[in-house]
Amino acid sequence: MVEWTEQERSIITNIFGNLDYEDVGSKALSRCLIVYPWTQRYFASFGNLYNAEAIKTNPNIAAHGTKVLHGLDRAVKNMDNIKATYAELSVLHSEKLHVDPDNFKLLADCLTIVIAAKLGSAFSPEIQATFQKFLAVVVSALGRQYH
Amino acid sequence: MLSKKEKQLIREIWERLTPVAEDIGADALLRMFASYPGTKTYFSHLDIGPGSAHLSSHGKKIVLAIAEGAKDISQLTVTLAPLQTLHAYQLRIDPTNFKLLSYCLLVTLACYMGEGFTPEAHAAIDKFLSAFSAVLAEKYR
Repeated sequence: MVEWTEQERSIITNIFGNLDYEDVGSKALSRCLIVYPWTQRYFASFGNLYNAEAIKTNPNIAAHGTKVLHGLDRAVKNMDNIKATYAELSVLHSEKLHVDPDNFKLLADCLTIVIAAKLGSAFSPEIQATFQKFLAVVVSALGRQYH
Repeated sequence: MLSKKEKQLIREIWERLTPVAEDIGADALLRMFASYPGTKTYFSHLDIGPGSAHLSSHGKKIVLAIAEGAKDISQLTVTLAPLQTLHAYQLRIDPTNFKLLSYCLLVTLACYMGEGFTPEAHAAIDKFLSAFSAVLAEKYR
């Protein structure tokens, strides 16, 4: 079982409480597709991903990024049971979407960078560590049902 | 693989970071120690608390070495030869840690440059730091 201190819980709820989901979600996903281009393999049906500009302005990517970020809400609201919360999503990513679970970490890293760019020096080392701990639990839960 | 445009972008960014090498380096190290406590084991002989002189001087050394490498990326093996020997025979830092510091440097740059840390800059620097780390570890075995 993952243990969270009161401080860690409030750091996570604060970050998500002040987030513009559309802005951050779309930026995180498009950044992932640009920095790690092989992740584009899962988005072949999303339209023009030909270059960075196309990716940044692709409305399908933006919408999907927003969806993914809203998906993280469920973990924020169920921090003591993230594994169970994502069991179904894990099955979906494994059996229907066939996403290599290594990719979850890549998106998590890009999300961290987008939030760091937004918050600047307010994204302190301690806040970063807590946020990374949270995302690591999410990533692990999403990969849990693969077999 | 780095394009000409990316090499120039990398050169320019690290040139701008040189005057604030201490701040950038210390910040990245602090982030690494907070997120990956195992990395602190390499610094048991130094004071690495926030604001310490050791942290600043060490951070500065690292950032300046990276900036030097950025000036001519095609010459990384030549530029890093002495540091390769140092890391392989004296420091013997497990090379998986290079990835951790590289990532924390990216976060530091994101905080420092805000929107200026575009996905293109992020991709270029991530690739550069990977190449840098690989060259640094070449003499290990």
